[in-house]
Amino acid sequence: MIRKQQPIRTYDAVHATNVGRRRFIAGLGASAAIVSSGSLMRPARAQATLNVGVLLPTSGTQAFIGQSCKLGADIAPAVLQGLGYGLPIRLMHADTETNVDVARSRAERLINEGAHVLVGPFDSGAASAIAQVCEQKGVPFIINIAAAPQLTEQGYKFTFRNFPTSVDLVRNGLALMRDLFQATGTAPRTAVFMHVNDTFGQANAKAIGAILPTFNFLPFKVLETISYDPAAKDLSVEVAKAKATNADFLMFVCRLNDAILVRREMVKQRWNPMGMIGPGNPGMYEAQFFAALGKLSEYCISNVPWYNPKAALTKAIEPAFVKAYPKDKLMFHALNVGFTVEALMVAADAYKRAKATDGRRLAEAIRQTNLTSRMMLGGPIKFNAKGQVEGIQSACIQNLNMRPTVVLPAASAEAKPVFPVPGYKKA
Amino acid sequence: MPLELVANVTLAGLLTGLVYGLMALGLSVIFGVVKVVNFAHGEMMTIAMYAAVVLFAAFGLDPFVALVPVAAAFFVFGYILQAGLINPFINRPEHTQFMLVLAVAIIMVNGLLMAFGPDARNVPVDYALESFSIGPLLLDTVRVYAALAAVAIAGGLFLFFKFTPSGRAIRACADNYLGAKVVGLNVKKYYALTFGLGSACVGAAGCLMVLLVDVTPLLGPGYTLLAFIIVIVGGLGSMPGALLGGVLIGISEALAGLFFSPSAKSMFSFALLILVLLFRPQGLLGKRP
Repeated sequence: MIRKQQPIRTYDAVHATNVGRRRFIAGLGASAAIVSSGSLMRPARAQATLNVGVLLPTSGTQAFIGQSCKLGADIAPAVLQGLGYGLPIRLMHADTETNVDVARSRAERLINEGAHVLVGPFDSGAASAIAQVCEQKGVPFIINIAAAPQLTEQGYKFTFRNFPTSVDLVRNGLALMRDLFQATGTAPRTAVFMHVNDTFGQANAKAIGAILPTFNFLPFKVLETISYDPAAKDLSVEVAKAKATNADFLMFVCRLNDAILVRREMVKQRWNPMGMIGPGNPGMYEAQFFAALGKLSEYCISNVPWYNPKAALTKAIEPAFVKAYPKDKLMFHALNVGFTVEALMVAADAYKRAKATDGRRLAEAIRQTNLTSRMMLGGPIKFNAKGQVEGIQSACIQNLNMRPTVVLPAASAEAKPVFPVPGYKKA
Repeated sequence: MPLELVANVTLAGLLTGLVYGLMALGLSVIFGVVKVVNFAHGEMMTIAMYAAVVLFAAFGLDPFVALVPVAAAFFVFGYILQAGLINPFINRPEHTQFMLVLAVAIIMVNGLLMAFGPDARNVPVDYALESFSIGPLLLDTVRVYAALAAVAIAGGLFLFFKFTPSGRAIRACADNYLGAKVVGLNVKKYYALTFGLGSACVGAAGCLMVLLVDVTPLLGPGYTLLAFIIVIVGGLGSMPGALLGGVLIGISEALAGLFFSPSAKSMFSFALLILVLLFRPQGLLGKRP
C-alpha cells in the first residue's frame, strides 16, 4: 500500500485555522526536520509489509529476458511465505524500458512511492544508475543479474550482488571451454570473438582480453574481435566479417535479440564453424531463442551460472512456477527466475532479521546474510565486504533436443557435449 | 580484406539501399508536390510492417503478396489523411504543419505499443534463411526479392508520373501551383492523390522491410530520420534522387561496418549528409531552388 503524505499547509491555511505565530514557526521547524530526514519518503518504523521495488526491462531490446525475470519475481512472495519467511512482501514493478535513464528515474520514483528495497535490473548499465540512486537515498539495492565488475568496486554501502562479476563469469566460462574440448577430444586453433558493445558486453570483452592470455591451456587464439550495437536491426556485415576470418569457432558474448539475428545470418551466409560458445552471457538458452529459431537453436553452447534441479529451493519454486505459468517450463527461465527469486529471498531474509524497513538496518541485515539453501549452483549466499557473493559456479549448457541441457561438468551432466556441431542443414 | 567479402557486403548494402530508397521515395513524392514534410513517415512504415505481420499470421499471406492490399489501404489512408487533416494546414506556417504531423507520429507509435506491445515481431516465411550463390557472391534471397520489388514499384511510379494524365497533372501542381489552378486543375484532389501515392509507397516498403528486419513500435522515428537523410542526400522532391540516396546510404552503412566499426554505420550516413549539405545543398539529383 502506498503511504499517503500529509498535505503541507500553506500560510493562508495556517491563518485560517487560527494557529499562532510561535506555534507556526515551531511546526515549520519540525516539518523541515522531518522532510530533511527523509521520513516522509520512507517509514522509519517497522511495518507489516516489505515494499520491494522490482526494476526490470520488460520492454525494449531486452524485453524477453526482463519478462522472464518477472516470472520469478511474481511467484517469489508466495514461495517465500511457504518457506517460512512469514512477513508479507509487496512487489512494486517498474519497467526500465532497456534504458539507463529510465531505470534511474523509475528507481527514484519507486523509492518516493515507498519502496524499502530495490531488486533488479538485468543490465549492468541500468544497475549502475540504480545503485547511484540507492546510495543517495540510503535504500538497499539487491542486483539479481548484472555482471559489470565496477558495480561492487566503488565502495557502495547499499548495493549487493548475488551474481558473478564479468571476470568470474569469463574465468568460469573459459575453464569450461577447456573441459569441453577435452571431453570432445577437439582442439580448435582459432576463434572469432563477437560481442555486444553495451556495458555488460564491454566488461566481458575486457575480462576475456585480460584472462585469455593467462589461460595457456586453451588451444586457440582470437583472430578478430567484432563488436556491435545491442539495438542493431541487421548484423549481416558483422557476420560476413566473422565468417571471412575462417575461424574454427565463434566465441559470442550476446544478448537475446542479437543472438537470434546472428544465428539467422549465419545460416543465410552458410557459415558452419565448429560451434558457437558463449563464455558467460545470456541469449542462447532463453525460451525465446528456441521459439524464434526452432531447430536452428540446436547445439549452441552457453557457459553460464545454472540452477540445481535437485535443490530444495528449486523443488519449492518449480511447482509454483508450473501453477502460475502452465504453458512455460522452468528450465527455459531457470537462470532469470533463479537469481530473481534469490534476490527477493535475500530481501525477505534481511527483513525477517532486521524487523524493520529502515534502509540502514536492512542493509546491515543483508550484509550479514548467510543463506545455504539456494537454487543456483554455488556456495552459500554470503556477501563480502564489497557486497558481492563469491563462489557462484557455471555449467556448460548446450541446446539439445530443443532444450537447454547440462553437458558439463560431467558430475551433473544430463548428456554428452556435441562439438564440433553438425551443419545447419542436418540440424 | 578479401575482395570477395567487400563485394558481398557492398551488394548486400546495395540491395538494402534499394528498399530504403522505396521508403524514402514516398517522402520525396509527398514533399515534392504537397510541400509538407511528413514527420510520420517512419511510423507509417512501421504500421505497414505490422500489417504484413498480421496478414501473415492470420491468413498466411506472403509479404510480397500482402504488399498489394497494404499499399491499397495505405493509399486510402494517405488520401483521407491529407484531405481531412493536413489540407487545412497547407497554407498555415510550417511549424504548425510540423507539429501536426509529429502529433500524428506520436499517436501512431503509442497506438502500436498499445496494440502489439514492445516485443519484436517478424514474418517467418519459408525462404527467410535461403541464399544463392553466383560465383563468389552469396546473395540473400529475401534481400534480392525485396530489392527487385522495390525497383519494380519505383519504376511503376515513375511511369505513372510520366505517362498518365493524373501523373502529369500532379507534376503540373508541383511545378506551378498557381498555374495549375489557373488551368482548372483540382489541386486539392491532386494533393490528396499524391499523399495517397506516397503513403502507398511507404506501405509497400514496409511489407518489404519486414522481411529484412524485425519490427517493434519504436522503429518508426529511426526510419523517419533515415528517410530524411536519404531524400536530402538524393535531393528533396527528386524521385530518382530518393533511390540514389537510398543506395548510397545502404552501401555506406555496409562498408562503414566492414572497414570501420559496425557502430560507425550511422556516423557515416550523417557524414554523407553533411558533405552533401556543404557541397551540393540541393542534393545529388535535386534542382536548385
